[in-house]
Amino acid sequence: MTTYSDPYASSRETTEGKVFSVTGGDWDALVTEIGATKEERVVVNMGPQHPSTHGVLRLVLELEGETVTELRCGIGYLHTGIEKNAEYRSWTQGVTFVTRMDYLAPLFNETAYCLGVEKLLGITNDVPERASVIRVMMMEFNRISSHMVALGTGALELGALSPMIFCFREREKVLDVFEIISGLRMNMAYVRPGGVAQDLPAGALPKLRETVKELRRDFKDNDKLLIGNTIWMKRTEGIGFLDLAGCTTLGITGPVLRSTGMPWDLRKLQPYCGYEDYNFDVVTANTSDVYGRFLIRMNELEQSLRIIEQCIDKLEKLEGAPVMVADKKIAWPSQLALGSDGMGNSLDHIREIMGTSMESLIHHFKLVTEGFRVPAGQVYSAIESPRGELGVHLVSDGGTKPYRVHFREPSFNNLQATAAMCEGSLIADIIGAVASIDPVLGGVDR
Amino acid sequence: MSDQGMFGAKGSGDTSGYGGLVRTAASTGSSERPYGGYFDEVADDLERAYPDFADAIERVVVDRGELTLHVKRERLVEVAMILRDKLLFEMCLGVNGAHYPSDTNRELHAVYPLLSMTHNRRIRLEVSVPDSDPHLPSLVEVWAGNNWNERETFDMFGIVFDGHPGLTRILMPDDWRGHPQRKDYPLGGIPVEYKGATVPPPNERRSYR
Repeated sequence: MTTYSDPYASSRETTEGKVFSVTGGDWDALVTEIGATKEERVVVNMGPQHPSTHGVLRLVLELEGETVTELRCGIGYLHTGIEKNAEYRSWTQGVTFVTRMDYLAPLFNETAYCLGVEKLLGITNDVPERASVIRVMMMEFNRISSHMVALGTGALELGALSPMIFCFREREKVLDVFEIISGLRMNMAYVRPGGVAQDLPAGALPKLRETVKELRRDFKDNDKLLIGNTIWMKRTEGIGFLDLAGCTTLGITGPVLRSTGMPWDLRKLQPYCGYEDYNFDVVTANTSDVYGRFLIRMNELEQSLRIIEQCIDKLEKLEGAPVMVADKKIAWPSQLALGSDGMGNSLDHIREIMGTSMESLIHHFKLVTEGFRVPAGQVYSAIESPRGELGVHLVSDGGTKPYRVHFREPSFNNLQATAAMCEGSLIADIIGAVASIDPVLGGVDR
Repeated sequence: MSDQGMFGAKGSGDTSGYGGLVRTAASTGSSERPYGGYFDEVADDLERAYPDFADAIERVVVDRGELTLHVKRERLVEVAMILRDKLLFEMCLGVNGAHYPSDTNRELHAVYPLLSMTHNRRIRLEVSVPDSDPHLPSLVEVWAGNNWNERETFDMFGIVFDGHPGLTRILMPDDWRGHPQRKDYPLGGIPVEYKGATVPPPNERRSYR
């Protein structure tokens, strides 16, 4: 045993055994020292900051050679207390919090939450059709942008750099759509209890049609890069296996469940927001591996585009229809409008409440500061997010604030499958397996 | 929590005039048959498959198109097993806690949303335990996926799941004190100064009920 002391690669004795700390620098000394020990079993800490753990995820691996014998996840690094905070804000303000949980799918968080609030209020059927169609369209655009990050970073983590460039190019186009419609590219708080924050701006629909056409054309670049690519297939086929029984007992939903051949999609089976009126297919695979999940995400892009096209057709027919419930005791009083300095309060609305109608001013003040009351009770409402079943459990005590908000995050549950997918496999295959689950740690930790 | 806040309101701070309408969340009675939809079928099937139904299920509540079975905690695992194996609720979508300090001897509730993929049905189990004895049997042996969810509920509410393979904190740091989602745990926060005025933290502002 040497008494080598390298500030970047030092070792010390503990009761559990020898601990090596590596922070960069000279690895040769470390490798020599580890090689000298008799121990075959090595425990490696990977993350929480690691370029291939798909976020702030910590993995504790027990290795024998290159084979993983045990794996445990450490999470909680992005815990923000959103559920607790929501108990101190009005029901409408809650949207602004929950949109920040799973930051790649903000519109799904908002819609799940708002569907829950509407169910509590008993106004599910009063939401105007135009608002529901806009929600569906925004969610499907969001599914595309989320899958683009899943595919791009997944490929990047396995060493394929080019798909990431193309995926982020496509994602930018979708974020531009969000910017046109809501004024924001992420965390837009666009879906509100009772409808959406504002109607589509003038001239948006032709631009959306254009975007759909461009996306459909450009998705082909990724198809060419990855589908059938020998290296990609070797890194993904037969990796991260999890069958249907494993999925049901672990509560796994979304593409991972559909990769076992189970066509489980809440949009088809328990429709919400009028999904029963759209034509689309549920994409499945029967390989239960990383390649199957990758193909599912690739093919879901086309299904999302199909839904978006049907949404645009519907929106053309519903031009001028309301986008917020008619009940003025719930509907957000102010509509936003585009002014010379960007998105802001509608000047017409300001003119009305400040100049002509004191009742409107009182109404605005009460709804914005106090909010509306929600009858006591509890509900659970679930939607199909890009990662699986996103459920929200809401409890109201009859007040103007939620009594309890809990999100059943698909990332949180799906990440539990990491151990089942990876134990017994090679250390390099963990990366592909985690990427195929596509956890978003903001959603896992909330 | 103080009812006085930044606008100097006294008393409840409720200026709406409807303060008397506030109800407590936990006080919903049980529903009478028929429950409607597939709920009657679920209840019938469970009664047939589980002879101790009347003893184990304290209340059946149908509200807003959702069925909730309030289960005694001693019977939770038995009921869960029957629901999984006989009624084919293959998937449990986790467990969520809720803290009702005013619900004496039933302060802590645990809520389990169940999903049957075979029948495309959803129901909910609810169990309550007193704050002084916050123990619940773990359902990890029934649905392995409840592992992390039970750890989260322990972390946030302090409900101890007996029989859990490794009940440790999951979101908060291991040495954290207290259980943040309980109602007696303050939100915390610091006052913010903006252009000379000080805005108190959210939990100290005037609060509407």
